[in-house]
Amino acid sequence: MTTTAAAPTVPAVGTRTIRLRRPAGSDNRAGWLFATPFLVLYILFLIGPVIIGLVISLFNTATVKSGLGHWVGGSNYADVFKDAAFWQSMWHSVLFTLLTTPPLIILPLLFAVFAARISRNRWFFRLAFFAPYVVPSSVVCLIFAFMYTPQTGLISKVFSGVGLSAPNFLGSTGGAWLAVTLLTVWWTFGFNFILYTAALQDIPEETYEAASIDGASPWQQIRAITIPLLGPTTSLVLILQVLASLKVFDQIYILLYGGPNESTRPVIEYIYDTGFTSYRGGYAAAATMVYFVVLVVISAGWALIRRRRNQTANA
Amino acid sequence: MSGPVSRRQFLAAGGGLTLAGLISACASPVLTSTTGGQPATADVIYWNLFGGGDGANMTLMVDAFEKASHLSVESTLLSWGNPYYTKLALAASSGRPPDVAISHLSRLPLLAEAGLLQPVEDAGIAASGITKDKFTPAAWAKATVQGTVYAVPLDTHPFVMFYNVDLARKAGLLNAAGDNLKPIKGRDDFVDALKAMKQASGQYGAISANTADPATTWRWFMTLYSGLAGPIVSDQGTRVTIDAAALEETFAFMQSLTGPLGLMPGNAADATVTTLFSEGKAGFLFDGEWQIPTYRGVKLPDGKPLTFNVVPFPPILGAKQVAYADSHSLVIPKNPGRSPQRTADAVAFIKGLLDRSYIWAHGGHIPAWRPVQTSKAFLDQKPQSNYIQAAFKAVYDPPGWYTGAGSDFQNAMGGVITEVLGGAISPRSGVSAMTASLKTFSTAIPPVR
Repeated sequence: MTTTAAAPTVPAVGTRTIRLRRPAGSDNRAGWLFATPFLVLYILFLIGPVIIGLVISLFNTATVKSGLGHWVGGSNYADVFKDAAFWQSMWHSVLFTLLTTPPLIILPLLFAVFAARISRNRWFFRLAFFAPYVVPSSVVCLIFAFMYTPQTGLISKVFSGVGLSAPNFLGSTGGAWLAVTLLTVWWTFGFNFILYTAALQDIPEETYEAASIDGASPWQQIRAITIPLLGPTTSLVLILQVLASLKVFDQIYILLYGGPNESTRPVIEYIYDTGFTSYRGGYAAAATMVYFVVLVVISAGWALIRRRRNQTANA
Repeated sequence: MSGPVSRRQFLAAGGGLTLAGLISACASPVLTSTTGGQPATADVIYWNLFGGGDGANMTLMVDAFEKASHLSVESTLLSWGNPYYTKLALAASSGRPPDVAISHLSRLPLLAEAGLLQPVEDAGIAASGITKDKFTPAAWAKATVQGTVYAVPLDTHPFVMFYNVDLARKAGLLNAAGDNLKPIKGRDDFVDALKAMKQASGQYGAISANTADPATTWRWFMTLYSGLAGPIVSDQGTRVTIDAAALEETFAFMQSLTGPLGLMPGNAADATVTTLFSEGKAGFLFDGEWQIPTYRGVKLPDGKPLTFNVVPFPPILGAKQVAYADSHSLVIPKNPGRSPQRTADAVAFIKGLLDRSYIWAHGGHIPAWRPVQTSKAFLDQKPQSNYIQAAFKAVYDPPGWYTGAGSDFQNAMGGVITEVLGGAISPRSGVSAMTASLKTFSTAIPPVR
């Protein structure tokens, strides 16, 4: 067992020369080989469904019946564009993104900088901030639903204890957005926090040393060194956060069922409702495609901006 | 072997246990469900959507059936409304449905037309005595979709009229015996009764939830409109068949009660309704009979118990008496892999629930099964037996792929009616608003057929 494993490492110089002589194609082949497990899953569960979705969006497919149904051409798309409920739910997804993205960039950055300055038991703070992220959405929503319940919930009790009335978290549109934003910030904060913590460790200690020798205060160091050097990370966190927020479903569905009166229903719940509750598979597929294009445009826009910025930086 | 267990022995024993576990797992529901079979954890797998008092009554019925029949039943309670129907439909279309499930008759057309249900007559219900002649005709007719019977009705639950007995006596509305209202015939009688009640209560003649409760708003509207005209959509929901004159008249009448006459509040949420009727500040309550348990044992502000009675609506607009209603029914979702024995057990279970539906009636519902409906066990239940007539005059949601209990359709219609009731739009603009809202439903391509 051990001899076979050790054998190739012996003629170290030989392998290097062989590798150099190899044509580029065989390196390529090895690359494809290693990527195969990923590619199989990617084609099976991503490319495949997208193609199927594209096809059924042109048919009157019922979710609960086998077969495609009959050909309707672009009429599903025409209906999606005309449907006010679809655009309202799109707006809700965008509004959720606008509400959650700023706190989910600023707070993790702030806390990552603070946590990095703590010298003892740093692991504890990192763990504490990251822990909520691994809790499943259903559990988080149930816990928060208990806290948000009017009259008997924890938050309502605290408010009434000091003689105030708590916001109507589950019954009013404004309260519902507040409820879902607070929940999301607490729950997903840890992921961006970890990205920032990792990026902070890449900033060389000497930079700070030099700055403090030159008499820069801690705040000046943060403003002039930390934040600029974290720029690429912030740009990554921003796009990941925007895409994640646009894909919101779990929290709003479990906590509010899109309510009150569908005033917080995100676009994915709209697609779910039409596709699985009304069985209009073809129509829901068309709505999905429209939404998919929006996400692709946002991602491509981000990539373009990034490339241009890199070019100007290199020039 | 007498000494402490060595690591090797421990591992061997552990491995053996794991292997034994895997082998025995072949019979476990987890494994059978991954191989596509139906997990046979009980003789009858039963899905329903009943919480609260209805849920407790249903549990009593299932337990009584299990004791009497020696068949095991596994009941699963899922959340009410759309989530329930979504799960039922997807379970059936993926070939792993329960053996028996509850469905509102108003939600039946889509399930049936999608081919998700086994026609109950094919399952052999007739052999166990479940036949058309033993059911309320309106419920049986609604269980029939394009000539095929897909459900066994369990009950009819109509929208009815509650009245405060003391206030009715004060208002002079009670009959000589004092056990019912004097007959009310037509619109003028009805308005006079509300006026008398308003005087007696000092606040409102009647009350009905019309804010943030589109379903109740829709039921009150249907009670009035159905006296004048037929369904608002036809041809499986693909054609709008609103009678504009009747609709405008209905809206104007509803608005007159809340507006100029001040007989009903134009803005009442569920909590408002419960409070005002419980405190004797409204003479009539228009609501579903399932609210009876809400008002049982309620005390008035002066400490006396609230005495109320429940009766069907009289004819108000038009000469015909109608009762907007829905029904719970039992369906057998289609499953090609179900054995004849399981199908027979499912039918036995349905029969068992029908025979025990006098327990179900405690929740206010009228049993659809005539042998129970005419039995002493039900007729002794008051006020339930007062409104049996409503089951026979039942008007359901118009059949269509988008209509029914808890549907987006009811929400949309209720939304328009709420605006009219609150006086935000005139009856005439209400007609065009409802027509426009119906267009989006009727012109969408139906997912089935």
